[in-house]
Amino acid sequence: MKLSKEQVRHTAKLARLKLTEEEVELYSRQLSQVLDYMDILDEVDTSSVEPTSQVTGLKNVYREDKIKRVCDREELLACTKLPVERDQIKVKSVF
Amino acid sequence: MDIKTLTVRSAHQGLKDKKFSSVELTEACLARIDEVDEKIKAFITVCRDYAIKQAKEADEKIAKGEEISILEGIPMSVKDMYCTKGVQTTAGSRVLEGFVPPYDATIVKKLKEAGAVLVGKNTQDEFGHGVSSENTGFDVPHNPWNFSRVAGGSSGGSAASVSASEVFYSLGTDTGGSIRQPSAVCSVVGLKPTYGRSSRYGVVAMASSLDTMGCIGKTVSDTADVFKVMAGKDELDSTTVDMPVPDYPNLLEGDIKRLKIGVPKEYFEGGVSDDVKNIVQKAIEKLADLGAQIVDISLPHTKYGVAAYYIICPSEVSANLGRYDGVRYGPAAKDAEDLFDFYIKNRSKFHPEVKRRIMIGTYSLSSGYYDAYYLKAQKIRTLVKKDFDEAFEKVDVIVTPTSPTVAFKIGEKVSDPLSLYMCDVLTIPASLAGICGLSLPCGFSGGLPVGLQILGPQFLEEVILKVGHIYEKATEWYRKKPTV
Repeated sequence: MKLSKEQVRHTAKLARLKLTEEEVELYSRQLSQVLDYMDILDEVDTSSVEPTSQVTGLKNVYREDKIKRVCDREELLACTKLPVERDQIKVKSVF
Repeated sequence: MDIKTLTVRSAHQGLKDKKFSSVELTEACLARIDEVDEKIKAFITVCRDYAIKQAKEADEKIAKGEEISILEGIPMSVKDMYCTKGVQTTAGSRVLEGFVPPYDATIVKKLKEAGAVLVGKNTQDEFGHGVSSENTGFDVPHNPWNFSRVAGGSSGGSAASVSASEVFYSLGTDTGGSIRQPSAVCSVVGLKPTYGRSSRYGVVAMASSLDTMGCIGKTVSDTADVFKVMAGKDELDSTTVDMPVPDYPNLLEGDIKRLKIGVPKEYFEGGVSDDVKNIVQKAIEKLADLGAQIVDISLPHTKYGVAAYYIICPSEVSANLGRYDGVRYGPAAKDAEDLFDFYIKNRSKFHPEVKRRIMIGTYSLSSGYYDAYYLKAQKIRTLVKKDFDEAFEKVDVIVTPTSPTVAFKIGEKVSDPLSLYMCDVLTIPASLAGICGLSLPCGFSGGLPVGLQILGPQFLEEVILKVGHIYEKATEWYRKKPTV
């Protein structure tokens, strides 16, 4: 299997997702199937192909360096369920 | 006043002629939602009072004899992916349940300025992850043509609400086919614009290099009217291109004599069902009757599209969905031990498909796998785009089926993610190339709709809209309505 249960657990941790043992089993199987399918791309010789990261061709889109208010700070802070102190959202400690 | 047969254009005329008011039109749509949405489930939020308020404002303008735009006073809905100020926005997910944005997405703002009456927010696959809207965190929408069937995805709610005449048009998003495919299976018109033609500001991001903001309507001309308002450069979205917006609604008439239409053989092979092939073939014959020249072409990298997309999209998704941690918006766990635990608990609300894609993306981008997966997929993307660029040197538009099959049964494919991904095989390549695409009704098989996809070069929406309009005028599939 492409993706072992250990790799699934590791990837989930990187993505800040918690999985039950059943989910680890299920995703290991399903994701391995998906990644197996991706092998089809090996059929194509891309050694001299440039990657495409965007299709508009736009580069360096600038604007005037002027302050622009799109939304009030109070309105934005009102969206959080966590306590707000001195205009900052207070989160749990890291450790 | 029959909201089933009224279109944006005829409703606009009716308002101008004072045959009915915007409040009457809006109340008729709200009554229709009351009547059928229990069965169809196209809405997560219906903003009744706000809708009537907007309708009254439109009526005041009309009463004063002010000039009104074509969208003024006409009820519409918005896929729950778009931020709507003061109205709950969930992107179909419990992770954003209760989130009320303090601002409108640019496109929503533009439509409000044009007088649109927002009636509600449509359900969808969570964060755009799906082809059937079965991955919603809320109720699964049902196809108005057959309730046991899916409405397509991820803009299933939007397509169903237009198909069932609950609203006149709806805003959707299309990243890999999410406007075109549900439009095809619900027998409505869906436009996926060129990437960069319309603003992504204020729309919940799925895959930032693929997301496009389009619309779903009853007819091609309605779709053109709506898209004209949507399109344009936005200072708040630096990926929008600074090009003038063509007057789409006035570029639909004429003929398609001498227009070269490419038919790619790869789109009629493999998992495309015979009934869909036959119906789309008939549509192509109709286009030939109308004067177009049919040219056989090949898009050789078509079969690599799904694999490339399902690496690129989840990779970008894994980055974009990192922000849903319960800190700045959405429900927040109260019993977390520390910050890590807090993140874990809040992100546990994601649908399994969302978790799958976040993990595929995280894996593809992680050290040791980036070259084999993400970089490889981006190179395939170059080849897929090149296929289209070369084809458009020979033909003006490309015509294909939109969906490989008609709507499948609800629950039929839920345990097989890969088979669901294959449903997008005909819409994904155009998304990778960033070109524009239109899906419109072209027939029925066993009572279920079949859609015709018209693909055009970047920034030439007016060409595909014109071809669609001329086909629609000659065939009038839009007159057939579901019996719900």
